[in-house]
Amino acid sequence: MKFEAVIGLEVHAQLLTDSKLFCSCSTKFGAEPNTQVCPICLGMPGVLPVLNRRAVEYAVKMAIAVDCTVNPKSVFARKNYFYPDLPKGYQISQYTEPLAERGRLDIDIEGGRKKIGITRIHMEEDAGKLLHGEGPEDSGYSFVDLNRTGVPLIEIVSEPDMRTSEEAQAYLKALRDIIVYLGISNGNMEEGSFRCDANVSVRLAGERKLGTKAELKNINSFKFVRDAIDYEIQRQTDLIESGGKVVQETRLFDSSKGVTISMRSKEEAHDYRYFPEPDLLPLVIEAGMVEALGAALPELPRAKRERFVAGYGIPAYDAGVLTSTRELADYYEEAVKRTDDPKATSNWIMGELLRLLKEDNRDVRDCPVTPENLAGLITIVKKGEISGKMGKEVFEEMYGTGKTPEEIVKAKGLVQISDEAELSGIIDGIINANPESVERYRAGKTQLMGFFVGETMKATKGRANPKLVNKLLKERLG
Amino acid sequence: MSITKQDVLHVAELARLALSEEEMELYTRQLQRILNYVEKLSELDTRGVVPTTYTVPLAHAMREDVTAPSIPQEEALQNAPEKDRGCFKVPQVIE
Repeated sequence: MKFEAVIGLEVHAQLLTDSKLFCSCSTKFGAEPNTQVCPICLGMPGVLPVLNRRAVEYAVKMAIAVDCTVNPKSVFARKNYFYPDLPKGYQISQYTEPLAERGRLDIDIEGGRKKIGITRIHMEEDAGKLLHGEGPEDSGYSFVDLNRTGVPLIEIVSEPDMRTSEEAQAYLKALRDIIVYLGISNGNMEEGSFRCDANVSVRLAGERKLGTKAELKNINSFKFVRDAIDYEIQRQTDLIESGGKVVQETRLFDSSKGVTISMRSKEEAHDYRYFPEPDLLPLVIEAGMVEALGAALPELPRAKRERFVAGYGIPAYDAGVLTSTRELADYYEEAVKRTDDPKATSNWIMGELLRLLKEDNRDVRDCPVTPENLAGLITIVKKGEISGKMGKEVFEEMYGTGKTPEEIVKAKGLVQISDEAELSGIIDGIINANPESVERYRAGKTQLMGFFVGETMKATKGRANPKLVNKLLKERLG
Repeated sequence: MSITKQDVLHVAELARLALSEEEMELYTRQLQRILNYVEKLSELDTRGVVPTTYTVPLAHAMREDVTAPSIPQEEALQNAPEKDRGCFKVPQVIE
């Protein structure tokens, strides 16, 4: 029997606002527990939520970026459940009338492009954080920090359009790239500001009806998305092939073991008893707002990638790396307009620059080498003033000191010797000093060319233009 | 619509309430009376009427994204039956 998987993702992204969704408490990460709370987010009686305008704008931007229709009117709803991280006993979310619906996101897969439908995008508030103590005196207890309670989230729900874990990962990455480009969330999975649940089912190939799905939670890296889904597809396939039946349930991914585990939650857990939030009036989004936000949208990752390939003539792989963040793409464009050599510029950035930044765990925005200086270095190397190898040394120095390439080349006396007369003098000296080697070379031992090149480089401290050295040596050794 | 003991048990479980047999009987009766009272509304013909969720013809108000000081931690925790190291201390939550 041949099975195919059907996968849909529910993605939560924390919005980068200064204040919470319904109150003025700070959203800053890492504060002492329960110091960014107030009667509103603590769920005290008698308080009223007031919506954060910037959160709405961010959510609308996302909706536009993935071609959703922004509903002129959407409604907040209470999602009721009982849990210690939820002081009100309900989460303010959106249900039957979400902010935006019917969008799409195209992903690149082997052999082309695939459209992944987006069912809806809605706004909601985050819950608090549960901590579990480690000491023996802490056993039997959990500890609640409500700083995160009320931080604005968007939830992006996809259609069950993905068939493999690779597609799910590609979709998730594409979504994350857009969110980061828009500057509405930092998209960090490990820190939990970008979270993903996966709905996975399997069915016989060719079958139209959907199989029973499991909802996978606790997937907190791009690698785990694939691991968790692959495991789950195999588990469900094995189960069906051995005559069993998949039950609808929530399963937790255990990354240390690479398996999904049933949460055995009671049926009641899913009875959220949604109803319209009486404390908030309907959210009306005027067409003017959608238009204004749409007009101010930055160039999105796919468009930028395609423009880099078409406009600069660089390979798709390079374009992908260079557009991985807006900042890196801007850096490239600043540099390339001064070098007139798109591929060389790309090579320097993908090779030297990213290597050093990665070693230092540093962002390109804090790179000590400015795009102007990198362009200067590329030009010097291209003109043959210094060799490519020397260029790399100069680059490291530029990175370490922030100096211009011209300053470094001058201070170190690195300028390549490309003057034929000067080099000829040096080479003649070497030939005269090694008559035996010359003889052996002329007798057929041509490997000795390496020896002569090496001697020349030694004599010039590596500054000799290698091409010219080869040419002059061949002329003389015949 | 009639309320059964099963319904009451379900709602009580959602609210994490432990009810005695007497309470269960009592709430079943009381909830039934409330529903009967509200059911009067279904005598009206509401075909073609959009459900009224909000009674004022207004849209939302919004605030600017500006922070304001939160309340002190001691104040946030003052109603907590148990607290520890700045946190609300609750019985262990097992997933």
